[in-house]
Amino acid sequence: MSLLEVKDLTTYYKILRGYVRAVEGVTFNVKKREALGLAGESGCGKTTIALSLLRILPSNGMIAEGEIVLDGQSILKLNEDKMRKNVRWKKISLVFQGAMNAMNPVHQVGEQITESIRIHEPHVSKKEAHERAEKLFELVGIEPSRLSNYPFEFSGGMRQRAMIAMAIACNPQLLIADEPGTALDVIVQAQVMKLLSQLKDKLNMSMIMITHDLSLIADTCEKTAIMYAGHIVEFGDTVSVFKENLHPYTNGLISAFPSIEGEQMQIISIPGSPPDLLDPPSGCRFHPRCQYAMEICRKERPPLLDVGKDHFVACHLVKTEEEKR
Amino acid sequence: MREKIIEAASLKKWFPLRTGFFSSLFKREIFVKAVDDISFDIYTGEIFGLAGESGSGKTTTGKLIIRLVDITDGKISFKGKDITALSESKFKPFRKKLQIIFQDPYESLNPRMTINDIISEPLFVHGISDEKEITKRLNAVLEDVKLTPPDEFLFRYPHELSGGQRQRVAVARAIILNPEFVVADEPVSMLDVSIRAEVLNVILELRKKYNVSFLFITHDLALARHLCDRIAIMYLGKIVEMGKADEVVANSMHPYTKALIKAVPVPDPTARRAEVVIKGEIPSPVNPPPGCHFHTRCPSYIGDVCRMKEPPLIEIDKNHYVACHLYGSK
Repeated sequence: MSLLEVKDLTTYYKILRGYVRAVEGVTFNVKKREALGLAGESGCGKTTIALSLLRILPSNGMIAEGEIVLDGQSILKLNEDKMRKNVRWKKISLVFQGAMNAMNPVHQVGEQITESIRIHEPHVSKKEAHERAEKLFELVGIEPSRLSNYPFEFSGGMRQRAMIAMAIACNPQLLIADEPGTALDVIVQAQVMKLLSQLKDKLNMSMIMITHDLSLIADTCEKTAIMYAGHIVEFGDTVSVFKENLHPYTNGLISAFPSIEGEQMQIISIPGSPPDLLDPPSGCRFHPRCQYAMEICRKERPPLLDVGKDHFVACHLVKTEEEKR
Repeated sequence: MREKIIEAASLKKWFPLRTGFFSSLFKREIFVKAVDDISFDIYTGEIFGLAGESGSGKTTTGKLIIRLVDITDGKISFKGKDITALSESKFKPFRKKLQIIFQDPYESLNPRMTINDIISEPLFVHGISDEKEITKRLNAVLEDVKLTPPDEFLFRYPHELSGGQRQRVAVARAIILNPEFVVADEPVSMLDVSIRAEVLNVILELRKKYNVSFLFITHDLALARHLCDRIAIMYLGKIVEMGKADEVVANSMHPYTKALIKAVPVPDPTARRAEVVIKGEIPSPVNPPPGCHFHTRCPSYIGDVCRMKEPPLIEIDKNHYVACHLYGSK
């Protein structure tokens, strides 16, 4: 049963020189209680997807096309008021990237959490909200007495935990974590990731984890989507995406990742660098860097092809091989 | 026996902490012990990795060795010659031999200079002004860092280049004086995964071609293991474990190293999961715990000795050094 269905989502940013085609024709789904890892390099549109889901794009951003269905409800059709009252934080919430700096430095952490509870659930009294905040702090492993601290009194890991507490304050069905591990040290990162998985199971949430670090996805998510230059190039079960990947970009990305286990290997790079999304390459956006590029790759965008076992790939190479069979 | 290019003996760097006027009158000065008595050698042609969490003193160590910060105590030798106390003018010839690549290629390159100016500036600083010589060297280093054809890059500005290309410009600038030793301070941490290897391979090739030695500073143990010959793990200004990269990762002995390695996730969904062995975060280096700095978080705490006495770095196995009381009584 899918909690979230995203179909052909297309998001543009308007700038002086034209439109930045940050996300184009992206289709994926997240099932209930499932964690989806959204991976890709910087500038590939991961965060834009998160902002589109919550409809909190900056003023120059717009969702040009597509459909987002959450729990049977198409949220692109909702008006702003309903969106704020019923969806944001209550159904979908977001742990922002760089959570370390996402808090207001001149307010106590507790105040900020109770504020977010009371804005979304106005009938809750201050006292109740505070009690809930205490429970939330216990849940994420911080001493409840520290609600009266200011953000600067917290360490990086604790701030990240407090942000997570704030994100789950209204029992969302879907938690989006944008780069939850970046800027944290390995040990603290492992603590935060463990906390996120535990919370997901305990609170029956679904999760979208946005990261550039494939090893974090391998560690915590059941599903993986690999993005490149605004397109999803491969999507499916984490084990198949890591072990039986079919897209040349996925393959390159995974071989570029050194592992702490196993044989020592040579770290391989993908030649070239990601394209400018103001004027992206035609056809398959990966073709200028792809060693298998064919004539058709320059002309046509490959569709996301079902290769069985819940595994989808957008590559002409796979398509032609499939047709041969 | 291979030659030692760098010998660092009992290096210390204590930064005085600014306190209020009155407390500075009545209390003794407070220091941040960023690097606190560490010793190691780097051999010619070696890539020596320095790993640890943020705030453990990695970068300060790197800067100390090439004398970018003043040393509090200790001794640094370059090819057997003591360079600790040389005056600026006497040290200048050594600057050519000791270079550094900084972490962030978006900040370490002057946005108003062309690539040509950036890379050739070290030559002017060191009084090489023959134009033919400059062009020759420029073309050679651009070739080395694979920014070819040179003409396509020389007259561009940093903002026109991608992150990986910028970092290769930074490498080119560091190697144009033909250094023998380069400190690489997290050279790939700001780069995307798919282009990291470009920069790493340039480093490997430089070593092969010119026998340049590197101090490679990183927080990424998986990367350190694939790139470095030996690594040292730092915790709060101390080296807690040092040895061959493979040894330290596969047969780590210090409880901190073990915990660190267990916390690293593996990019393979069928492999083991990252584990959290220790709680909390690295304490402040202003007032580090007494005795073994790690005892407050240590899962193998063995009693008072950890709290009272600082464990020395001793050779437990061949070329494998550990600073831990667990192995002290052996």
